[in-house]
Amino acid sequence: MMIIDLFNMIVGVLMLIIGVLIGVAFLVLLERKVLGYIQIRKGPNKVGVLGLLQPFSDAIKLFTKEQVYLNYSNYIYYYFSPVLSFMLSLMIWMVIPYYFNLIVFNLGILFFLCCMSLGVYTVMISGWSSNTNYSLLGGLRGVAQTISYEVSLILIMMSSIILIMDFNLMKFMDYQKLIWFIYMMLPLSFCFLSSLMAEVNRTPFDFAEGESELVSGFNVEYSSGGFALIFLAEYSSILFMSLLFSIMYMGGYNLSLLFYLKMIMISFLFIWVRGTLPRYRYDKLMYLCWKSYLPISLNYLLFFIGLKMMMNYKMNLV
Amino acid sequence: MFSLLYLSLIMLLISNIFIFLSLTISKKSIKDREKCSPFECGFDPMNLPRIPFSLHFFLITVIFLIFDIEIALILPMIISFKSVNFIIWWKISSFFIIMLLTGLYHEWNQNMLNWTI
Repeated sequence: MMIIDLFNMIVGVLMLIIGVLIGVAFLVLLERKVLGYIQIRKGPNKVGVLGLLQPFSDAIKLFTKEQVYLNYSNYIYYYFSPVLSFMLSLMIWMVIPYYFNLIVFNLGILFFLCCMSLGVYTVMISGWSSNTNYSLLGGLRGVAQTISYEVSLILIMMSSIILIMDFNLMKFMDYQKLIWFIYMMLPLSFCFLSSLMAEVNRTPFDFAEGESELVSGFNVEYSSGGFALIFLAEYSSILFMSLLFSIMYMGGYNLSLLFYLKMIMISFLFIWVRGTLPRYRYDKLMYLCWKSYLPISLNYLLFFIGLKMMMNYKMNLV
Repeated sequence: MFSLLYLSLIMLLISNIFIFLSLTISKKSIKDREKCSPFECGFDPMNLPRIPFSLHFFLITVIFLIFDIEIALILPMIISFKSVNFIIWWKISSFFIIMLLTGLYHEWNQNMLNWTI
C-alpha cells in the first residue's frame, strides 16, 4: 500500500472520530432538551447561546471530578474496561459506508456484529470487577439481555441480507432505490428497532442500569474519566444503531443531507421512547426476546428464502 | 495491508489519551476509608458480592451459545450463494432454518425458556 493511502485513511478516521465525538455531545444536549420539554420544563438554556455549549462544559466538569480507588475492586480490569468499551464503539464506526478515505468493507456487517458482541464483555467486566452488589447484578442482567437480543437481531438482519445477498453496507443503497425495505418488512423493522434498543440498553429495556432498583447498575462505582468513557461509548453506539437502521431500512446511504436527517430522526425516536415508556419487566423482556422475536425472525427468514426461490427459480432452472 | 489494525490502534490510542487526560486533570483528595468502600446506601457491606447467582442466567447463556453457533453456520449462506447451484442452496438453507425452528419450539415445549425464580 502506498504511504499516501495510509495517510489519507488516518486523516479520514481522525475526522470521523472528531465528528462522532461532537455528534455524541450534541445528541446528549438534544436528549436533555427533549426530555425537558416532554416533562414541561426547559432543558439547559444558560451556557453559551441557548445552552449550545452545555455538553462541553459538562465534559470539562466530568473530567475534573475525582476518580476513587475502590477497596475490593480488581483495579486493572475496573480501570481499563471503559477504555475497551469506548474503543469498541469507535471501531464500529469504521463500518460507515463512505466513498473515499475510509475502508471499504465487503464484510461490513460481520465486522459490526463482531464489535457489537465484544461489547458484552466490557459490561460484564466493569460490573464484576467493581465488586459491589449493585454493579454485579446490573452486569449479570445486562449480559443476559444483550446476548439474548443479539441472536434475534442477527436473524432479523439476515432476512434483509438474504434479499441483497451481500454483507456490504453500500449494497443496501442500490437495492432500495425504488422501495425502502421498511415497506417490504414493516413488522420486522419494528422488531429490529426494539432489538436495537435492547442491544444498547436503552430505556424500555434498561435493566443493566435501572435506577429504581439497582442504583445505577453496572456503572455505580465509576466516576470522572471512566464514567465519561462509558457514557460516550453508549451514546455513540446509539448514534451508530440509528445510522444502521436508516441504512438497512430507510433508503441506504446516498451522500445526501436527507440521509443524516433520517438518522437524526431515528435517534430522536430513541430519546422520545425514553421520555414516554416506562421500564419493562425482566421476565417479560426475556419472553419478548425468546418467545416472540426469535420465532418471528426465523419464520420471516424462511419466508424470504422462499421469496428468493420465487425470484430466482426461472433464472436457475437450466 | 494491516490498515484495520492501524486504525484500531489509533482508536485505542485515543481512548487511552482520554483516560490519562482525566487521570492528570482530575481532582485528587486524600484517600479516606468511607469514600473507597463499595457503594451500599450508607452502611458497610455485609458480605462480598461474589456470591452464587441465579442459575437462569447460566441457562440462557447456554441456549444463546447453541443459537450463536447456528447463526455462525447460517452466515456463510450469503457468501456461498454466488458459487453453488441455487436449488441445492435453497433446499439446504430452508431445511436448516426448519431444523432451527423445530429446535426452538422443542425448547419452548420443554419449558426451558420460562423465567422462573
